[in-house]
Amino acid sequence: MNEVAFLAWVRGIGFQIALGIFIVGIVVRWLEIFLLGKKHDYSAPKGSAVQGAIRTIFSRSIPEKSTWQRSRVQIVTGYVFHIGLLLIILFLTPHITIFREFLGFGWSGLPSSAVDVIAVITMFALLVALVRRLQDPVLRFISTFQDYLVWTVTFLPLLTGYMAYHHLGFSYPTILGLHILSIEILLVLFPFTKLMHAITLFIARGFNGATAGHKGVQA
Amino acid sequence: MSNASFSRGYQALKAQIDAPIAAYFSSCVHCGLCAEACLFFTETRDPKYTPIHKLEPLRKVWEQEYTLVGKLKAWFGLSTPLHDQDLADWQEFIYNSCTLCGRCSLVCPVGNDLSYMIRKEREGMVAAGHAPDGQISAAKRAITIGSPMGVKFPALQAQIKHIEKDTGLLVPVDQVGVEYMVTLSSMEIMNYPEYLEALARIFKHAGKTWTLCSEAFEATNTGIQIGSSDIARELVSRLVNAAERLQVKTLVSPECGHAYTAIRWEGANLMGKAFTFKVQHILEVLEELRQQGKLKTEGLETARMTFHDPCQLVRRGGVIDEPRNLLKTVAQNFVEMEDAGKMNWCCGAGGGVGAIEQAHELKTRVFQRKISQLDAIKVETLVTACANCRITLEEGFEAYNREMPVLGLTELIAQHLVEEPATENAHE
Repeated sequence: MNEVAFLAWVRGIGFQIALGIFIVGIVVRWLEIFLLGKKHDYSAPKGSAVQGAIRTIFSRSIPEKSTWQRSRVQIVTGYVFHIGLLLIILFLTPHITIFREFLGFGWSGLPSSAVDVIAVITMFALLVALVRRLQDPVLRFISTFQDYLVWTVTFLPLLTGYMAYHHLGFSYPTILGLHILSIEILLVLFPFTKLMHAITLFIARGFNGATAGHKGVQA
Repeated sequence: MSNASFSRGYQALKAQIDAPIAAYFSSCVHCGLCAEACLFFTETRDPKYTPIHKLEPLRKVWEQEYTLVGKLKAWFGLSTPLHDQDLADWQEFIYNSCTLCGRCSLVCPVGNDLSYMIRKEREGMVAAGHAPDGQISAAKRAITIGSPMGVKFPALQAQIKHIEKDTGLLVPVDQVGVEYMVTLSSMEIMNYPEYLEALARIFKHAGKTWTLCSEAFEATNTGIQIGSSDIARELVSRLVNAAERLQVKTLVSPECGHAYTAIRWEGANLMGKAFTFKVQHILEVLEELRQQGKLKTEGLETARMTFHDPCQLVRRGGVIDEPRNLLKTVAQNFVEMEDAGKMNWCCGAGGGVGAIEQAHELKTRVFQRKISQLDAIKVETLVTACANCRITLEEGFEAYNREMPVLGLTELIAQHLVEEPATENAHE
């Protein structure tokens, strides 16, 4: 397969397969969770479970004081790469073009030079996260193969995107193809790894917040 | 707890998994932030005490039983199934180093309620026969004798006589149709009889009717701590039956943390129906009386004081403002320790840890957290509202050679009640 055919494949059938697995996978995971159900709570409520759920869905994005004091590096690193990834995915002009194709509408992007800087910062934060995972006693102890796999498939789209933008290493069609392929790998793995937290964390926070809200605790 | 076996344990774990647990395990990113929320980690710096690690057996069952990936991994021989030895090895984490304090549940950035899961994981441990001996014997005593410490009604009767003689007040037993049915923890009967005396004074002062029940006075619930719904249900049903038989308006949970969780939150669910009576912690009752102007106090404590929040009351019960409002009415120099309230650190021996002999050294070690919290604010007296916290605090201070009186909030309030000479004649 030459580079043009490769690029055409990842843009066409490859992308369709990845997107299909991504969507079906998420539906499967969603069912896996909700089909298990939850028992009715007969205890008299002290507060509102619904309000508690909504509250925690938002409030848990901000670290509680003693956690912030104890884990600053971890928290800052987490914020930086999450916000960085979000900005790059949603506000790089070529990405918006693709969203427009699928959604039928778009929005204005950030200047490429700004996204370029954000990409460097994000990659740096991810490297810090990796080093911490390898060095911090707790993180090293609880980490599994999947943690490193997920780190890799999150890092590769950033790296290949950066290389494509700066025309580094490979011919442009090849590196662009690799960039798209890396995203397809991410999409395929998303529903079946901890990447899924991007969706399920809202469910988790909701359940936790509902339990707390029912008891009159602000979680 | 008879006929425990690995397969029963596995089935019990499987049966515990619900949508929240599936959402929690799906969301964990192994960020490790829960470690710093747990005093068993902060005081030992040993990664094995990371809360999410304590849930590995339950996670394995979830993955293999309820996920497509888990099924595929098992099919291709890529995963190791859960073994009996895993559960045996995890006793140290699921019991000895977890007080179900719930700090991790408030810290987890993806919102996982880890404490909820550990409580459920214990159900599997009991069914598999891997609960700690100390807790098993306490649970057996609770079922057969009626109290985890083996306290029988005659012991309470002796206390009652004593109190009635000292105060001239009546301590009602088995009264029908009164407002409050009071329950106790064995710890209060054995070590802190001043609690019951305080109640007699307070209810007299407030003009409220109340009673003890000779057949159901023990509020603590070893079933909740060890993780056996069967035992928990049996113990809760004794209280529920008594409250229904005596037709009381409110069942009062004593100065105890998990007893409140047991009757206030898990109770109705264990019985499978809503209660016909109200359940309140004694602090909620006192705060209500205060707000109604029925709790008049005089004189202020001058000692520098702080309040140790029992975990089950703040994080798992929402009783946060009540003790503060009450304490401020009788203490001039009330100060808060760092992380007080919702994020207060556990005494280190709740959730049944106090009953586990093998955990004794560890619980003393992690008490350093409380020492650090208190050293920073230099108080002279510590007030709390849980008899189990109280005994743990007292033992901890002894182990660390600290002079620190520990008081129950209810008795402190009772000491400051405005004396009304006209109502001296109690036996009406």
